Amino acid sequence: MCQCCAEEKDIYLPQLATVQDTAEMNDTDRYLRLSMDDGPFDYIPGQFVEVSIAGVGEAPITISSSPTQKGGFELVVRKIGNVTNAVHALKPGDKVGIRGPLGKGIYPVEEAKGRDVVFVCGGLGLVPQRSFINYVLDNRADYGQVTILQGCKCYDQRLFVSEVEAWDKRDDAVLLETLDDPDERWKGNVGVVTSLVSKVKTDWKTAVVSVCGPPVMYKFVLMALEEFDVPHENIFLNLERKMKCGVGKCGHCQINDVYVCIDGPVFRYTDLATMPEAI
Amino acid sequence: MSIKKITKDDFASIVDALIKTENVIGVQAKGERFDFAALESARDLRLDYDVTLQPPKKFFLPPTEVLVTFEVGGSYKSAYEDEAFVLLGVHPYDMIAINQMDELFQQDNYDAHYMKRRNNATIVACDVVTASENVFASSMRTAVVKEGFDVLLTDIGDSYVAELATAKGEKLFAGADGVVDADEAALQKREEVWARNKKSLNRHELECDPAYLPKLLEKAYDHPIWEELARTCFACGSCNQVCPTCYCFNVQDDVNWDLKTGQRSRAWDGCLLDGFTKVAPDHEFRKSRADRFRHRLYRKAKYVPAKIGGQIACVGCGRCVSACLPDIANPVKVYNRLIDDLGIG
Repeated sequence: MCQCCAEEKDIYLPQLATVQDTAEMNDTDRYLRLSMDDGPFDYIPGQFVEVSIAGVGEAPITISSSPTQKGGFELVVRKIGNVTNAVHALKPGDKVGIRGPLGKGIYPVEEAKGRDVVFVCGGLGLVPQRSFINYVLDNRADYGQVTILQGCKCYDQRLFVSEVEAWDKRDDAVLLETLDDPDERWKGNVGVVTSLVSKVKTDWKTAVVSVCGPPVMYKFVLMALEEFDVPHENIFLNLERKMKCGVGKCGHCQINDVYVCIDGPVFRYTDLATMPEAI
Repeated sequence: MSIKKITKDDFASIVDALIKTENVIGVQAKGERFDFAALESARDLRLDYDVTLQPPKKFFLPPTEVLVTFEVGGSYKSAYEDEAFVLLGVHPYDMIAINQMDELFQQDNYDAHYMKRRNNATIVACDVVTASENVFASSMRTAVVKEGFDVLLTDIGDSYVAELATAKGEKLFAGADGVVDADEAALQKREEVWARNKKSLNRHELECDPAYLPKLLEKAYDHPIWEELARTCFACGSCNQVCPTCYCFNVQDDVNWDLKTGQRSRAWDGCLLDGFTKVAPDHEFRKSRADRFRHRLYRKAKYVPAKIGGQIACVGCGRCVSACLPDIANPVKVYNRLIDDLGIG
């Protein structure tokens, strides 16, 4: 083996992690807490891992915990394909392969310091945003006003319910929640998450706005933010594409000239202006 | 580094001796066409060929390749192939494509699978003797190559000028009969070959400096040509397959019959193919053939160049032009039409 190859690690080789804890969140979404077998796992909010099930394949899943939380890292996985179905069958003690953390397009944890932060989360979009939200709340003094907007389709689709309620109880953060299609259990706002934007009290000129949700949501949230003249360079979107290698080689996740796995998954809105395929 | 001269007969002796001890792959006739294959005798080597059916990318990124092996529910191990080989007869445009792939597979994240194969290769490039039916390397400034090879052979009649560019190249010629320093006359003949090839490998003439292509494409995103040409596109991926700079791949797992062990492999994929951007809830991010057709040309002339210092990722080999059944793949025709409609500058 030549010298350079001997020193370079194999970017396709998963490392083993052990499942510490799992919980069913609803009939499609499962929570897992994992810890790497060979030592600590350092990551930045916004990064993702390739979860590897030997014999089935890999799926890119954004890390849901903040690096300020100890005891491993957390994922929430929706059951939708071969790999995610296999992930749903994992129990504490099981081994799973992990490659990562991946992605240089991270949440602007440094850039947002000293400024207001507004999180706009649509449904499952809460899961990646939770990494950034908890990082901010765990470093609360570093940030200005914190507002969290959460919209879900229905009552049973609400995720991290007790954690969201804890955010609501804090007096140093504002939580606004809405459901598209509530039942009698819901006493709060009704409507899509964009309907909450006008209720936000923040310094729109300087606030960092972080948006994550289903593809259809982005256009409408951006239109709502336009009403408040939010500068485009302050808005961050979390995009996804089909991924295979996760390391910028296989070409599948390319959006125009960028790779979501390397340049993303978090993108600044101004950078998307040169990417017609993005939204 | 040194520049030698050797008769074709003496070079054939070097090749025959090499075949005895090394894994030698060289360009050979395949019916009326040519391709790279394991060489059994110097007699079979055809350095006068026009173009190979497939580019030599398959020796660095095989059509399928095991990346890791695993135990189901258990650990993973890297799988590397570690066999040295000599590649004889790489044309300048294909050498330039290899140089580009070398950059792309090392940057951002170092791909040790590709690089191990690359570092195990000794590449003997050769200047073009016969222009192929669709070559346009002259337009793309890839008719001659200056670096990346271990040896560069230039046919000057009954001899070759052999530029030994690296230690591996010197080693191939060390101790062989008939190797002399190239004299002025030989070097002059080599310059003439280069001057000729820079002009004549041009069955399709690009109407601008290739360095301008990224700017041209900036204006062309919504041009009607994409829909027009893609109407007859089969989305067969032939262009992807024969292209020396296409390297997108799929990754898949296979479990062995014992149900306990298996491997994760990569295999050639193509951005023209259906499903390239399809995710689990059946959503496709680049669904229409026109979008996929446009994406390929944008990758070659805009997106990838931004990653490799402006080099255009189309080397003018003409293989896609030959391979495309509905005849829509000719990049020069596309770019020239855009230049006609959108202008230069």
